[in-house]
Amino acid sequence: MDFLAALILQFAYGIANLALVGLGLAIIFGMMRVINLAHGEFLMLGGYTVVVATNLGINIWIAMLILAPLVVGAIGVVVERVLIRFLYGRVVDTLLATWGLSLFLIGAVTAIFGPQTATTISAPIGPIAVGDYGTSGYELFLIVLTVALFSGVFAILRYTKLGLLARGTMQRSDMAAVLGVSTSQVYMATFGLGSAIAGLAGGVLAPITGVVPTIGATYIAKAFITVISGGTAILAGTASAAGLLGAMNSIVTYLTGPTLGEVALLGAAIVLLRVMPSGITGRFFRKSL
Amino acid sequence: MKLKRDIVGLVVIAIIGLVVMFGAPHVLQLFTIINLTTAIGLALLALSLGLVWGYGGILCFGQTAFFGMGAYAYAICAQNFGQTSGAVIIAIGAGATFAAMLGYFMFFGRISEVYLGVITLTVTLILFNLLRRTSGPEYKIGSALLGGFNGTNAPPLQVPWDAQLMLFPQQLFYVSMGALLLCYFGCVWLIRSQFGQVCVAIRENEVRAELLGYDARLYKLGLFSIGGGIAAVGGVLVANGIGRVTPDLFNLTYAAQAIIWVIVGGRGTLLGPVLGAFGVFWLTSWLGTQSYFNSNMVLGLVLILFVLLLPRGLVPAIGSIAKVSQQRTVSRRDRMRSRRRVARFETSGATDAT
Repeated sequence: MDFLAALILQFAYGIANLALVGLGLAIIFGMMRVINLAHGEFLMLGGYTVVVATNLGINIWIAMLILAPLVVGAIGVVVERVLIRFLYGRVVDTLLATWGLSLFLIGAVTAIFGPQTATTISAPIGPIAVGDYGTSGYELFLIVLTVALFSGVFAILRYTKLGLLARGTMQRSDMAAVLGVSTSQVYMATFGLGSAIAGLAGGVLAPITGVVPTIGATYIAKAFITVISGGTAILAGTASAAGLLGAMNSIVTYLTGPTLGEVALLGAAIVLLRVMPSGITGRFFRKSL
Repeated sequence: MKLKRDIVGLVVIAIIGLVVMFGAPHVLQLFTIINLTTAIGLALLALSLGLVWGYGGILCFGQTAFFGMGAYAYAICAQNFGQTSGAVIIAIGAGATFAAMLGYFMFFGRISEVYLGVITLTVTLILFNLLRRTSGPEYKIGSALLGGFNGTNAPPLQVPWDAQLMLFPQQLFYVSMGALLLCYFGCVWLIRSQFGQVCVAIRENEVRAELLGYDARLYKLGLFSIGGGIAAVGGVLVANGIGRVTPDLFNLTYAAQAIIWVIVGGRGTLLGPVLGAFGVFWLTSWLGTQSYFNSNMVLGLVLILFVLLLPRGLVPAIGSIAKVSQQRTVSRRDRMRSRRRVARFETSGATDAT
C-alpha cells in the first residue's frame, strides 16, 4: 500500500514536471502560434536568477516564486519588443530568430558566469516519509505548485477582462483589432506571461537539476514534445499531453531505468502525431482552454 | 541563354573544386588539411540540409540526427568488421533508413511545417541525451563500446581492396573532397531531374502539385531519405577527421550551425550552404583562438541578423545584385523606349475614360 502511494507520487511528479516545463511554451504557442525555441534558455535564466539572488542573501522562496518570474518576464517583454514583433506572420522566421536568441543567451550566460556553475542550491524542503518509503518533499511541493499554476492561468484566462481580451485575440486577431483591442499589447503581455512562467519553472527546478548555461537543451526536448502533442488548447492540451506522456515516461523509466524513458516519450509522441497530426486537442476537448 | 550560363557556372565550380582537391595538399600544412577534412564533412551536412530544406521545403531542424547516426554506424561497424568499406555503406544506409522511418511518420501524418521542425530537433536532442547516458560497459554493440560522453573510437578509412592499408590524412582529404564534389553534382543532377522538379513544384504549392496527380508524401519521403544519406556521408568524414565519434555530433550547437550555414549561404541554392559551412567553420575556429567573444553569442547574432535583414542568404542576394546591374546596362535604351510608350498609353487611356 505504501509502495503504491510512493509509486503514484512518482508518476504524479513525472506528469507535473512535464506540465511545468511546457506551460510557458504552451501559452506563447497557443496564443501567438509562435514556437519559442529559446524557451529552454528562459528556464535557464530563471535558474540563474535564483542562484544569483540566493548568493546575495535573498530568501530562496522569494527568489524562486517572485524574482525568477519577474526577471524572466521582463526579459521576455524586451525580447518581444526588440525581436518577435517584427516577425509576426512569418512563422518559420520566428523559429529561426528565437533559435538565434537561444544561442545568444547561452553564449552571453557562458561569458558572464563561465561554462560551469559551482553553486548548487539545496532544496528547501527535506525528505518526508510515506509509510515505509521516503519521498522528496520538494517534489510534492512541485506537484502542488503545478496544479496551482494551472488553476491560476485558467482563472486569469476565464474570469478576467485581460483573459477575455487575450482569448478574443487568440481566436480572431483581426476582429479583436477592429473592436479596439490593441493586439500588439496583448501579444506583448502574452509573451511576457509565457516567459514569466518559464522563469518560474526554471527557478523552482533549479534545486533539483542544478544550473549550467546549456541546461536548456535538456528541458526543451520534453517541453516541445508536450506542447506539440497537446495541440493548440493551452491548458487542456498541455495537461492531457503531460498526463499521457508523463505516465509513459514514468512506466518505462520504472521498468528499464532512465536511459530509455525519454526515448519512449519521443516515440509515443511521434506515433501520437501520426494518428492526430494537430495534437490531442485537435481531436478531443476542442472547445476547451 | 539561361541554360548556357547555368552550364558555364557548373563547369567553373567543378574546375575550382578539382583545383582545391589536388592543389590544397601541396600548399597547405598537414594540420590544416586534417581540419579541412572535418570542414568538408560539415559542408556535406550543409549540402544535405540545403537540398532537403531549400528544394523540398522540408523544415528539418535536426539534420544532425542522420549525420550523427552515420558517424556512429560507421564507427561501430568499422570496429566490428575490421574493415571500413562495408562500414561506410552501412553508415549511409543507416542515415537514409532512419530518415525514411522518421519521414514516414511526419509526412504521412501530414504534420505542419513548424511541428516538423520541432520534431526533428527533438529527435536529435533525444539521441544526444540517450548516447550520453551509455557510458557503462553494458552498452555495447558487438565489440564496440558506446562510451557515453567520451564517445567511441572511429578507425580511419582503409583502401577498399586491402584492409591493412589505412589512408593517410592527405589521401583522406582527396577522398573527402571527391565525396563532396560527387554529392554536390549528384544533387545538381537530382534537382534537374524529373524527380527534383516535382519536389520543387511541391515546395512551391503542395495542393496544386497533388491536384496534378503527384503524391507529395512519397516525393518528400524520397528527398528526405536522400538527404539523410548525404548527411551520413558527412558524418563518416567528420568521424574520420576527428578520429572519434561523440554524442556532441547530435547536440544543439551542430544542429543550429547547420541551419546557420543554410541561412547565411542561401536557401534554394546548393552552393550557398556549402560555402556557408566553410565560412562559418572558419569563423568559429577564429573565434576559438581569441577570448573576447563567445562563439555561441556571435553565431546567435549572425542568425538573428540574417533572419531580420537578409532572409534569402548571401549567394541569392549577390546573384540578384549581379543580375540587376547586368540588366540595367543592357536595357537602359529599352526602358527609355517603353517609358515613352507608357506615357503615350496613359494619355490615350485618360481620354478614353472621359
